Amino acid sequence: MVGGVLIGLASVWLLVANGRIAGVSGILHGLSEARAGDRLWRAWFIAGLIVAGFAWHAFAGPAPIRQGFGLGWVALAGLLVGFGTRMSGGCTSGHGVCGLGRLSLRSLVAVAIFMAAGMAAAFVVRHPLGLPS
Amino acid sequence: MIAYASAFGAGLVFGVGLWISGMATPRKVLDFLDVTGAWDPSLALVMAGAVGVTLAGFPAALKRHPIEKRSDLNAPLIIGATIFGIGWGIGGYCPGPALTALSNLSVEAFVFVGAMVAGGLAHRLAFD
Repeated sequence: MVGGVLIGLASVWLLVANGRIAGVSGILHGLSEARAGDRLWRAWFIAGLIVAGFAWHAFAGPAPIRQGFGLGWVALAGLLVGFGTRMSGGCTSGHGVCGLGRLSLRSLVAVAIFMAAGMAAAFVVRHPLGLPS
Repeated sequence: MIAYASAFGAGLVFGVGLWISGMATPRKVLDFLDVTGAWDPSLALVMAGAVGVTLAGFPAALKRHPIEKRSDLNAPLIIGATIFGIGWGIGGYCPGPALTALSNLSVEAFVFVGAMVAGGLAHRLAFD
């Protein structure tokens, strides 16, 4: 709950101070697509995300690294996440945290679909396929 | 300059929120998505906390910075959300957690983020 509140506060902050929606997939894809003057703030936001990880590990210790989960599956998952978020115009943060916060019907539909698809995929990967995770 | 510092700060707070909540740990995400296993519903509370704050804060913020709101439900939205969800359920990473997980310096995190960027570029090449 505390973590969620921080995520929400950061999203409101980015909208108030920068006038931007804190949708991480859009920020990332825009890094290579946006016009010249619209790129650097994206790099700084992403740098903040990464530095947060280093700060967290310094405080809480290193995160456990998953063992035995094939890199082919990791690459497939990454490709689908990158392709799908660009196609649907958002991810868990853009459609989820921000879209629901502004009562967007598109975002509500997207969240319902990616939650259902995520649950189905997690079931298949863990049970019929039995991959370690 | 101030805008860049502000974006960095937002990313920092956002990222710490991801770690505190467990969103940056794929195992926890998959324990949440796999409702048939040892289901861990705690990430629903994270979402509720985050959306509670944006619901409260966005109306005033959007008055200051109006951002167009689309309302059409089209095929790219539905198909794209399906593809994204499948990738999320396989790997346990969505974009924000994947980026902050680069700090693990694990091969997995770099492979995922590289593939995610490639996936976005593939969509751009195929559909733009």
